[in-house]
Amino acid sequence: MEGSTQDNVISALKEKYEDQILHIDTPYNFLTVSLKKEKIVEIIQYLYNHPDTKFQYLTTLCGIHYPELNQIAVMYQLHNLVANLRIRLKIFLPAENPVTPTITPIFSGANWLERETYDFFGVHFEGHPNLKRILNVEDMIIFPLRKEYPLEDQRREDKNDTMFGR
Amino acid sequence: MNVNQSVIEQEKAGEKQYSYLNLGPTHPATHGIFQNVLKMDGEIIVEAEPTIGYIHRAFEKLAERRPFYQITPLTDRMNYCSSPINNMGWHMTVEKLLNIEIPKRVQYLRVIIMELSRISDHIICNTIIGQDTGATTGFLYLFQMRERIYEIFEEICGARLTTNIGRIGGLERDIPQKAWEKIDKFLIDFPIAFQEFSNLLERNRIFMDRTINCGPISAERALSYSFSGPNLRAAGVDYDVRVMTPYSSYEEFDFIIPVGTNGDTYDRFMVRQEEMWQSLSIIKQAIEKVKKEPAGIYSARVPEFCLPPKEEVYNDMEALIYHFKIVMGETEIPKGEVYHCVEGGNGELGFYLISDGGRTPFRLQFRRPCFIYYQAYPEMIKGSMLSDAVITMSSMNVIAGELDA
Repeated sequence: MEGSTQDNVISALKEKYEDQILHIDTPYNFLTVSLKKEKIVEIIQYLYNHPDTKFQYLTTLCGIHYPELNQIAVMYQLHNLVANLRIRLKIFLPAENPVTPTITPIFSGANWLERETYDFFGVHFEGHPNLKRILNVEDMIIFPLRKEYPLEDQRREDKNDTMFGR
Repeated sequence: MNVNQSVIEQEKAGEKQYSYLNLGPTHPATHGIFQNVLKMDGEIIVEAEPTIGYIHRAFEKLAERRPFYQITPLTDRMNYCSSPINNMGWHMTVEKLLNIEIPKRVQYLRVIIMELSRISDHIICNTIIGQDTGATTGFLYLFQMRERIYEIFEEICGARLTTNIGRIGGLERDIPQKAWEKIDKFLIDFPIAFQEFSNLLERNRIFMDRTINCGPISAERALSYSFSGPNLRAAGVDYDVRVMTPYSSYEEFDFIIPVGTNGDTYDRFMVRQEEMWQSLSIIKQAIEKVKKEPAGIYSARVPEFCLPPKEEVYNDMEALIYHFKIVMGETEIPKGEVYHCVEGGNGELGFYLISDGGRTPFRLQFRRPCFIYYQAYPEMIKGSMLSDAVITMSSMNVIAGELDA
C-alpha cells in the first residue's frame, strides 16, 4: 500500500514536472525528490492541490550546506495528513548568492522557518514579509551554520582536538 | 519593531495614538524568556510582535561536533518539561539510522517513561493555566505529583529534570525495583489528586467563562501554521504521531485521542486533561506487557553501537575495546538521511539527521513544535485583552528552551 501511494506521488510529479526532477530516492522508505530550483513554489502549490498528493501540511524546512559542492540546499518536508504520506523536496542554491522565492503564501507556518534558514544559512527568500534574523542577534554578520564557521576558535591552544575532532 | 520610531511616525501622520507595551522578556506571566511588543488601544491588543532567541544555544551547530551519544544531553535542554521524550526520540532516530532492532521489553519500558513525562509536561501546562487565572490551589496539589514523577526518573537514571535517560539501543540499566514500587504507588495516588484538580477547574463556571473563546484558532489556520500536538487537536484535527506513525510499539496500545472544537484556551486545557488520563491507561497497559516479557532485558546490546555496562568495561577485554571504539568514534556509521518524529509534550518533535559516515552528524535539524506554533501567537491574541494574552500563552505551553534551541 505504502509503495503504491508513493508511486502515485512520483507519477503525479512526473506528469507535469518531469523536466524539473533531478533525482528521486527513498532512503529509509522516505520519498526524497531533488528538484531544479526554478519552479519550486509552483511545484509545492501543485502538490498541495493535486488530488493524488494533497501535501497540505508543512512539517519542516531547513537549510543544508555542502561546502564541497559550494551549494546550499533547502529542504522542504511536506505531509499529507489524510493518507499519511510524507515527502522531502530539496533544491540546491549557489552558496555565494542563495535566493529562492518564499512559500509563505501557501503555508503561514513557513514564516519563521524561512527566517531561521535565512538567519543560519543566509538563504534569501524573495517576497518574505519580514525576512530578518530570528534567533541570533541582529547585528551578526555571519551565517553561523555554514560549514566554514568552526564551532570553536581555531587559534585556541589550550585544547588540542586534532586527535578526536572532525 | 522599533517602538519609538513607529510612535513618532504615527504622530506625524496624525493618526490615532496607540500605546506600546513590552510583555517580557522577563515577566512572571510569560513563564520563560520571550518578549512581545504589544500595540495597545486601551486594553485591547491591536498588534503583537514577538521577539525570540533570548536563550538560543546553537544546538544544531553544537550537534555537528558531537558524537551521537553526546547529543542526548542537548535534547534534554529543549523541552525541559518532558526531556525523556526528547531523549527517546533522539535514540530512536539514531537506531533508525543504524537499523538496530529494539527488544519489545525495552520498547515498553520506554513507553512507560515517555508517558510519565507526558503527564509531568501536561501537569505543568494545565496547573499554570489555573495559576494564571487565579487558582493557585490546583497548582500546589498537582506539583506534588510531578515531584513523584521526578523521583521515579531519579530512581531510573539518577537525574530529575535534564535526565539524559536511556542510551542508543535501549536503557543504561534495568528499571530498579524501587522505581517499580514508586510507579505502582504513583498509579494509585495520581488519579485521586488529579480528580481533585479536575473537580476544581473542569466544570468551574468562573474558569469556563474566563477561558472559553479566549485565544481561539480555527483548524484551517492551525494546519496552515503547522500546529501539532494538543494545540492542533484542540482545534479539532486528530493528528497524533503515536497513531499516525507509531514508534516504540504504540500501535499495540489502546487509547483515545481527545479532540476539541474551537481551539481556544479551554479546549487546549481539556485536551491535555484527557491526555493525562489516557497516558495513565497506557502506562498500566505497558506494565502488564512488560510483565509478560522475559525479565532483565534492557538494551539491544549491539556491541558496535551500544555502550557496554561499566562493570564489563572494567573486567572484560572485549567490552573495553568496544567502549573505546564507541567513545573514540571508530565505529562504522552508515551514510544516510533519516527523519524520525515522536509525539512530544507539545507536538511532533522531529529529528532530521544527515550522516556522512563520520563520527558526528553532518547536519541535524530539530523540528521543534513550539518554535513552529508560537508564530501564530500574534494572530491568536489580536483583538483580545492583555490578560487574555497571558493565559493564551500559558495554554499554548510555549517552552523557551524548545523555542530557541
